[in-house]
Amino acid sequence: MFPILETKEIAKNVYLQRILAPRVAKKRKAGQFLVLRRTDNGERIPLTIVTSDAVEGTVTIIFQTVGKSTTEFARMKPGDTYLDVVGPLGLATHIENFGTVVGIGGGIGAAPLLPIATAIKAAGNRLLSIVGARTKDLLILEDEMRAVSDEIVVTTDDGSYAKKGFVTNALQEFIDRGEKIGLCIAIGPVPMMRAVAEVTRPHGIRTMVSLNPIMVDATGMCGACRVSVGGTTKFVCVDGPEFDGHQVDFKELVMRNRAYLLEEKTAMERIEHKDGKCMGSVAVPVGGGN
Amino acid sequence: MAEATPRPRPKPFSIPRQPMPEQPPQVRVGNFREVPFGLTPDLAILEASRCIQCKNPQCVKGCPVSVQIPEFIDLVARGKFVEAARKIKETNALPAVCGRVCPQEEQCEMPCVLGKKGEPVAIGRLERFVADFERVTGNVVVPGVAAPTGKRVAVVGAGPAGLTVAGDLVQLGHDVTIFEALHKAGGVLMYGIPEFRLPKDIVQSEVEYIRKLGAKLECNAVIGKSITIDELVTEEGFDAVFVGTGAGLPYFMNIPGENLIGVYSANEYLTRANLMKAYKFPESDTPLNKATNVAVVGGGNVAMDAARTAKRMGAENVYLVYRRSKKEMPARVEEVHHAEEEGIEFHLLTNPITYHGNDDARVVSVECQKMELGEPDASGRRRPVVIKGSEFKLTVDTVIVSIGNGANPLVPSTTPGLDTNKWGNILADQETGKTSKKGIFAGGDIVIGAATVILAMGAGRKAAAAIHEYLKTGAW
Repeated sequence: MFPILETKEIAKNVYLQRILAPRVAKKRKAGQFLVLRRTDNGERIPLTIVTSDAVEGTVTIIFQTVGKSTTEFARMKPGDTYLDVVGPLGLATHIENFGTVVGIGGGIGAAPLLPIATAIKAAGNRLLSIVGARTKDLLILEDEMRAVSDEIVVTTDDGSYAKKGFVTNALQEFIDRGEKIGLCIAIGPVPMMRAVAEVTRPHGIRTMVSLNPIMVDATGMCGACRVSVGGTTKFVCVDGPEFDGHQVDFKELVMRNRAYLLEEKTAMERIEHKDGKCMGSVAVPVGGGN
Repeated sequence: MAEATPRPRPKPFSIPRQPMPEQPPQVRVGNFREVPFGLTPDLAILEASRCIQCKNPQCVKGCPVSVQIPEFIDLVARGKFVEAARKIKETNALPAVCGRVCPQEEQCEMPCVLGKKGEPVAIGRLERFVADFERVTGNVVVPGVAAPTGKRVAVVGAGPAGLTVAGDLVQLGHDVTIFEALHKAGGVLMYGIPEFRLPKDIVQSEVEYIRKLGAKLECNAVIGKSITIDELVTEEGFDAVFVGTGAGLPYFMNIPGENLIGVYSANEYLTRANLMKAYKFPESDTPLNKATNVAVVGGGNVAMDAARTAKRMGAENVYLVYRRSKKEMPARVEEVHHAEEEGIEFHLLTNPITYHGNDDARVVSVECQKMELGEPDASGRRRPVVIKGSEFKLTVDTVIVSIGNGANPLVPSTTPGLDTNKWGNILADQETGKTSKKGIFAGGDIVIGAATVILAMGAGRKAAAAIHEYLKTGAW
């Protein structure tokens, strides 16, 4: 059993949770994720580890309520327990001194970006960050990202806060002003990651994206999370979650993530019916996009 | 009491092999309950009476863990069911599992003398019967174990190989901890083999037996990620490690359309259905796509399990697509028979070449080609050869690819000095399980590739003996 120490809503339908899971806390590196299960009938839900405290034995996750399981996770209070916490899973981010790195977090994608950005900065890179969201209410981790960045641009699609526009506009401005970018890391909704990859492609800027497919066991056993990268099938849970954004078949990923929309709806209707109210829902498993 | 006096027995050859009563096909396709009901005590005694108690029993040689078959059958014939169960357990910690999923027809039952003239003794059915009798009547007792040796052993993977190693070593007095990556112990017995063939509460009670013997169990521990093999030795102080991580990575054919929605690996399909209980959705949270027409690709036991599961999940038509003929199918005869009875439609000498999808990227059809058999290939089976111009399409909304599994890379890729072959299987001595790394043993599917439960248990038994020897002498 894995007790929760803290749950708080940090943006609209976005929750931060601190969980006691000493084994995971001790081993976890930037870029890795864990799998959570709440009850014996529960799903195995993969979520990025945002940070951890090896001394305290805790891991911190940030997630958006997207369906039945994450909605139920969000309602768990300090003292409640997860039945299962598995991890850390996936390959850790490859960190080295790339010179200048642009880190882009879209929406909930800022959560998986933060630990990577922190490690990138610690490795001596100059870090230019772009944190964006559709609207002000969905923006997260601005201060935390600012603290590790040499420069940060905050965008909202609707102009409700900071700079109006997409994260790609801010990225284009970095490129236009002649930044020599050694690496671009983009994490967020799939359409955003795809758009970033298209901005960097003509300039030959190496671009890593963190993918968020549907998973079941998340240890390389079931193959649910397969994605085409450069024409080859990869299992995101053991080969990823990070891949070369110029090689990923984003269209296939978007499609595969829609596999259970109907079933998700059925499950949601069941808890809505039970509650007599409607829960808003968007998306976000590993990586953080929808 | 004159309890020991054997009852007069009828002549063994005059008794036919006793069938096991089972759910009729039209009923069982509508539920996930176990298909055979098992033998009754009377039928078990009658079947056991068929055994002629050979002086030099060939059946034992056919059993990878050398169960004392004539001895336990004699106890059954005398109505001593609990004693019979304990006799089996001297060499096999998982009799209720083995009685259900071992391929007895090619192991213990194949060399049975009765089989030369008629039908062999139904050893598997008797094993199952006594294990169930012991459990259901609450007669399971935990035998005493040897005095503590002070040695600690880590067992990686709580599947058939790992559970066997753990059961053996804990009885020898070693301090054993089993690490399991999933949230439930049992490995393939939990995620792979369907409820209707091996009820999950039976697996869990066998796991519980190993725990009662004294083995510790830690689930959610992904060795290679949560802890490495080296850390088990250096930081956690284990004196030896057994790696029984199984065959994980599902194979695909790498043909167009294989990543369409609705194309599953058998591992994913069965894991959702069995371990995650998708058949109870939405009561359980993990779904499976609703399917009407399902193609299962492959001809092994896993393919049969997937096909029969799909039928129970409500599919109207389930096609089994296999590129050779029925004769070459690796599945057990009994499983093929059950599948046929349940209305699985066999498309033999047929191979998929492309999956076609709709605008939502959901699979809508599978294009196949017909095959004919040529000369034998490396596997000894006749090689399937394409018949040109024989392409045709099957309309489907789900495909389950069941063509085998490779080695899970998590342990080999994080354990320096642990040698593997070109397929990623760990190199280990077949007799001892010794790997290239001192103190590290391996066995089961991670060594020999995807095989059977009992072969994994056989490897576990041999490794346990070798580990015991190593812990005593320190010699490698």
